[in-house]
Parts: sequence; structure tokens; C-alpha cells
Amino acid sequence: MDNNRSYSHTRATLAIAKASFRSIVRSPSAVVFSLAFPLIFIVVFGFIGGGGIKLKVGIAPQSDTSNAIYQALKNIKVVKLINESQQEMTTDLVKGRIDAILNIQKNPQKLPAYFLNAQYSEASSDKGNILKSMLNTILVSINNRAVHGPPPIAELRETTLKGREYKTIDFILPGQLGFSLLSSGVFGTAFVFISLRITLVIKRFFATPVKRSSIVLGEAISRLVFSLIGALIIILIGHFLFRFTLINGALTVLNMLALSALGLIVFMGFGFVVSGIAKNESSIPPIANMITLPQFLLSGTFFSIEAFPSWLQPISKALPLTYLNDAMRKVAFEGAGLMDVKQQLLIMLIWGIAIYALAIKVFKWEE
Amino acid sequence: MLQSIITVKNLVKKYGDFTAIKDISFEVFEGEIFGLLGPNGAGKTTTLEIIETLREKTSGEVYVDGFSIDTGPEQIKRRIGVQLQSAGYYPNLNLSELIELFSGLYGIDVKPMELLEKVALTDKAKSKYKALSGGQKQRFSIATTLINQPKIIFLDEPTTGLDPQARRNLWNLIQDIRQSGTTIVITTHYMDEAEVLCDRVAFVDSGKIIGIDTPDHFIDTLVASGFERKKEVKKANLEDVFIHLTGKEWRED
Repeated sequence: MDNNRSYSHTRATLAIAKASFRSIVRSPSAVVFSLAFPLIFIVVFGFIGGGGIKLKVGIAPQSDTSNAIYQALKNIKVVKLINESQQEMTTDLVKGRIDAILNIQKNPQKLPAYFLNAQYSEASSDKGNILKSMLNTILVSINNRAVHGPPPIAELRETTLKGREYKTIDFILPGQLGFSLLSSGVFGTAFVFISLRITLVIKRFFATPVKRSSIVLGEAISRLVFSLIGALIIILIGHFLFRFTLINGALTVLNMLALSALGLIVFMGFGFVVSGIAKNESSIPPIANMITLPQFLLSGTFFSIEAFPSWLQPISKALPLTYLNDAMRKVAFEGAGLMDVKQQLLIMLIWGIAIYALAIKVFKWEE
Repeated sequence: MLQSIITVKNLVKKYGDFTAIKDISFEVFEGEIFGLLGPNGAGKTTTLEIIETLREKTSGEVYVDGFSIDTGPEQIKRRIGVQLQSAGYYPNLNLSELIELFSGLYGIDVKPMELLEKVALTDKAKSKYKALSGGQKQRFSIATTLINQPKIIFLDEPTTGLDPQARRNLWNLIQDIRQSGTTIVITTHYMDEAEVLCDRVAFVDSGKIIGIDTPDHFIDTLVASGFERKKEVKKANLEDVFIHLTGKEWRED
């Protein structure tokens, strides 16, 4: 035996990383949670999304349809006219399945020539308001043409800037990516370390010259490589199949991967804490869910946090995933660089420091 | 001339108020098979793990191949091979991948197949550890202790739970390893095993060593004191009958 040869910690670290990577790739739950799960959501939202606003307007059966107002509405793309029985229509309106009911009637007393009876619903007040202003515009222009009165005092000249279309996938994909990183970081790390601890794999490692830091680093490297490959697959599938916007192409992808790496490292800190607190493998899910579920719901994974009531927003704005999602969307859709999202990065960094400080306190190497 | 390779002096281990090891001292000589015998909870595993640098001692001195466990744990780790009682291996890896992992951990190049050949597991190179039989698992565990070509290997109850064929097969393996010059420290509950394998044994009870000698000398002393077995000693025992009837081949493969 040659004992004088120097021992390589790098080699030991990489040996652990390689073993760990092989193990992750062969574990069905890792593949399902990191890849299949987010991809299913992306596919679902990829197909149902992209429509933009549609106003569904019921036309009352007794309504007059031979007038200019009806024709004008018929020519507006976002308005979908619906014909059904009065009773069905009323039920649909109450439930918000349609946004308004219109009943256009000829005025027997000549002027004004028509009455436009519009019924809205509280179930769909946003769209009702949009329709209201649309009807006003139509009526103003029709009335002006009819009267041949004095020339208008002011004329509206509208121009619309050509912007990028913000598709559902542009919102959903970063959220799913963030959540995939969160669950891989928390669940994956917690399960690996608790099982290595309980089955005495770590103890057997300690009988070799390997350092503790090599064990942690080796595991982190493999999870990082696995998750970044997963992120790349998600981004590329999103881009090529569902037209996910990558504003600066490959550079945007690289920035997203850098964000993914930072996010994963922070989330792995939670995983180390969970593995230290949990007594055995079956107590991991309840503890880990307490960390992942609120972020899944409140960090803008599915809905923009602006849609939440104001008392909930401070909670959303305290969660690290919120900032990862936010930074991801800014980078992907607005083409922001990493320096443009430094505020988000800073908050994630603070979370990282806090959680690793806690992890050092609660992490256990042996039973 | 016998050269000491492990020296334990006045070793004490306390867990709170409980003293698991009460001031024990012994030596292991180079090239021998040394047995630590005793009931469960006697302190065999604790003693072993302190020597292996896996557990802190409370007081005392331990030297392994000239290195103190206080000042040279890294040097010691490179010179010993350790089989833990009931230890598992990294999940989802096959045997040759596990050997590859250990070879990285020790920083030593090994050919997995050559190592597996030593323990007759070449046909299981692509199998997962979990899929092995009890005897195969123990043989693989012993293989992992040999990766760094250690001077000393520690085997903690390697034959517990094995059937007679697998047990005898493991004895042969252990004797082969000693033949190649490796010192072996082994714990066991089975006295017949200690009698066959060990050059010297130490009896451990309640954290103390109550006797240390060769198995032959222990038996001769006891007989000289006038001890007699209640039953007349026959030239074979029931295990011999079992082996004779079922054959010597390993059943697990």
C-alpha cells in the first residue's frame, strides 16, 4: 500500500456526485416530480391558454337583429354572440358563464330608433364593464352618423403599439420551473440525506478518508446537474412546442439556468433542515409539504400574486419562490439581465443565508 | 516474534451516566484473527467503532499501526477496512458501481471485477445490493473492506443470520484474507466460529474484558479445572449432520 500518495478530496467529491447522479436518474419519484409533473401542467396550460379575453353576450330571443348595433357587435372579434332560450340565458348570466344579455328593441315612438336593454351580472363584473364601454363607443359613433349634426369638437385618433403577446405559457412555464426546483431541492435533498443516515451509508463513508464537505458537495453537484438538465428540457419543450417566449434566445436560457441554480441551492437548504428535523422517511412529506405547499399556492406559480387579497400579499411577498418566479418571468419575457433582477436575487440570497444558518444547527449526520 | 498492530490502553466510553466501556486494555498482533466475544450490549461494537475512528472515546489511548486515534484518524482510515453491522449501501447502484464509488472515496484505483472475483460475486456485478442473498451481502461487504488494500479489517458480526453453508463459505473467505497477510478483528456470538477462526479471543462482558487468550488455552484451562460437559462429547455435532446431508455447496447462487 502506498500511503504517501496524497489523497484527492476532489476525486472523492466527484465519485459521490457520480454515484448520486446515477441514483437520482434511476429513482422514479425524482424524474416524475422534476420533469413529468411540470411538463403535464405546461402541456395542459399550453393547450388551453393563449385565447385572451372573450366576451360572451347572450342575445335575447325577442331581440331585433336587423339593426346596425347588432351588426357592429357581430363584427367585433372578442365578442361572441350566443343564442339560447331566455331561461337558460338567465341562469348562465347568474353563474357567470355569459357576461351579459342584450335585448335590442325598436322604439314604436320613432326616436330614438332603438332601445338597447343590457343586463349584466355580478358574477362577471369585469367583463361586464368592458362590454359597457364597448357598447358606449358603438352607440356614440352610430348616433353621430345618424344626426348629421355639427362637426365633433374633438376626434379620437387611436394608435396601438405593436407589443409582444403575453401568452399563458409565458406565465405558467416559469412558475412550473420554479416549483420543480423547489420540490427537487426540498424533497430530494431531505429524502437522500435521511435515507443515507438511517441505512448507515454515511457512517460507512466516514470509515473512509472522505470529508463531510465532500459528501454535501457531491450530493449538491449531482442534484444541480440533474435539475439544470430538467430545467433545460422544460424550457426547450416550452419554447418549441408551446412558443414560450425567450426574448434573447440562448442568452435568456443561460440566465434562466443561472437563476435555477441559485433557486435550487436555496431550496436545498430547506431540504437539509427537513432531513435534520424528520425522524424517519415517512415524516418527511408532512414537514416538506409545509414548506412547499404554501409556496406552490402563494408564490405566483399558477396565479399572479396581484390577484390575491391585500392581506395575503405580504405573505406572498415573503416567500423565496415568489422572487425566483418573478425574476424568471422578467428574464424570459422582458429580456432582463441578471443585474436587472438584483433585488429578487438579493432577497433569495438572504433566504439562503438564513436557511443554511438554520441547517448547520439542525442537520444530523448520524442517528 | 509477535508485533502489535493495535494497542488499546485504559479505554473508557461513557454515554451520560452510563459507562459502556469500563477501562479496557488489549493488543492485537499483526497477521492474526482476533475475536471480540460477548453477549449483546457488552460493548463489542462500541469498542470496534472507537478503534475505527467512527466514535469518540471518553478517555484512554488507542493506537492503530502506530497512529493515535486522536492525532492520526485520517492515516488510520487509509490503513483499515470496515464492515459495519447492518450497514446499507448507496441506493440504486449495482455492485460494480458501488465499488467504483468506494474506490473514489479511498482515492485508489481498483478493477471492480477483480475485487468481486475475490468474493465470488462476478456474476452479480450488475445486480443491486438489495437483490443479494444474506451470504452474498456479507461477502460484498467484506469486498468493500478490501478496496484500499488495508492492513487490518474489522468485521462486526459478519455471519449473524446466515445459514450453515453461507457461514462456512464466509469462514473460508476470512481465512483466505488472513492468508494474504491482513490482520482481522472480528466480533461474533458464535463460539464454534471463534474456535475455528480466531487465533486469540477476548471475552467482553458489561464493558470489561474478562479474559484474553487463545481458544485452545481457554478450553484446556477449563478442562484442567475439572469441568466436564454434561453430555458425552460425540465426534460430530448436528451442524455437521446438516452439512453432510444438504451438501457443502452454497445454496444462494
